[in-house]
Amino acid sequence: MIRKVLYFLILIAFGFFILSALSAYFPFGENVLTGVARYYTEKGVKDLGGINIVTSVVTIYRGFDTLGEVTVLFLSVTALAFTLVGLKVEKAKLPKPTLIMETGGRYLAPLIILFGAYVFLHGHLTPGGGFPGGVIIATSFLLLLVTQENYRFKKFHITTTEVLAGTLYVLVGLLGLYYVKSFLGNFLKTGKPGYLVSAGIIPIIYILIGFKVGSEMTSALNNLKEGGDEH
Amino acid sequence: MSEAVVIFSVVLALLVVLATFILWLTKDLLIGVLSSAVISLVASIFFLILQAPDVAITEASVGAALTTGFFIFALKYVGRREDD
Repeated sequence: MIRKVLYFLILIAFGFFILSALSAYFPFGENVLTGVARYYTEKGVKDLGGINIVTSVVTIYRGFDTLGEVTVLFLSVTALAFTLVGLKVEKAKLPKPTLIMETGGRYLAPLIILFGAYVFLHGHLTPGGGFPGGVIIATSFLLLLVTQENYRFKKFHITTTEVLAGTLYVLVGLLGLYYVKSFLGNFLKTGKPGYLVSAGIIPIIYILIGFKVGSEMTSALNNLKEGGDEH
Repeated sequence: MSEAVVIFSVVLALLVVLATFILWLTKDLLIGVLSSAVISLVASIFFLILQAPDVAITEASVGAALTTGFFIFALKYVGRREDD
């Protein structure tokens, strides 16, 4: 009990410091844009053609960070698989799904996959993008893994998707290096802002990231369900 | 912000505080995981109110859905009770 009180006090102290630091930086409700933030909001649409400026920043202006994030995700999923194999964890015993769970999961999963694909295809137009889209797709596979008894997919397919998407992502970056002299630079025409086929390489990169994140998360969930025995 | 949005936000903030206290006091790890999912969901609604829809959609899908799934699979291995 003393430990729990101590945790609570540490949490309150931490929250107080963060709150005071944040309110010193950004006065609440004030519209202050300085430096690069002003440049992104004023010139972003004209430069790249994507009306969702957040995705322009994530994929083009700060594209290298996104590549790093994808790498971190890949490493952590690999580490999870290694840990499960190394600890010789047994297969998780899930309770037997009822009829309602089984039928509901079967009909809901394709709709969730469709929504995830919509989120990453329209990343340059509406909120969302590759990461949330891929995670939504992985969520539908989580639904299938929990609700369908003995649900399996071919491990080969999912690994191939992951490797292909990652390689193509780096390849698109290298093409940018060749054509416009900057890694992950935009080398296609930007088109009319607001249309589905616009914004240069942003949709291409987001489709690849969506596939990569979705397949990575799905394989991690599958590893967690199967344990370390069968690899 | 209009009056209704402020009242809505206060109710949601109280829900976060309640979920935090449950998370703090419970010995059942499954309840802890579910209350952290509630905190993530309410946080995503807050992001939406503060006009950050990109962050909101990421928080809802990662924090509320996928993390809960990972934790529940992990609880299958380590057991549901917390021992002091």
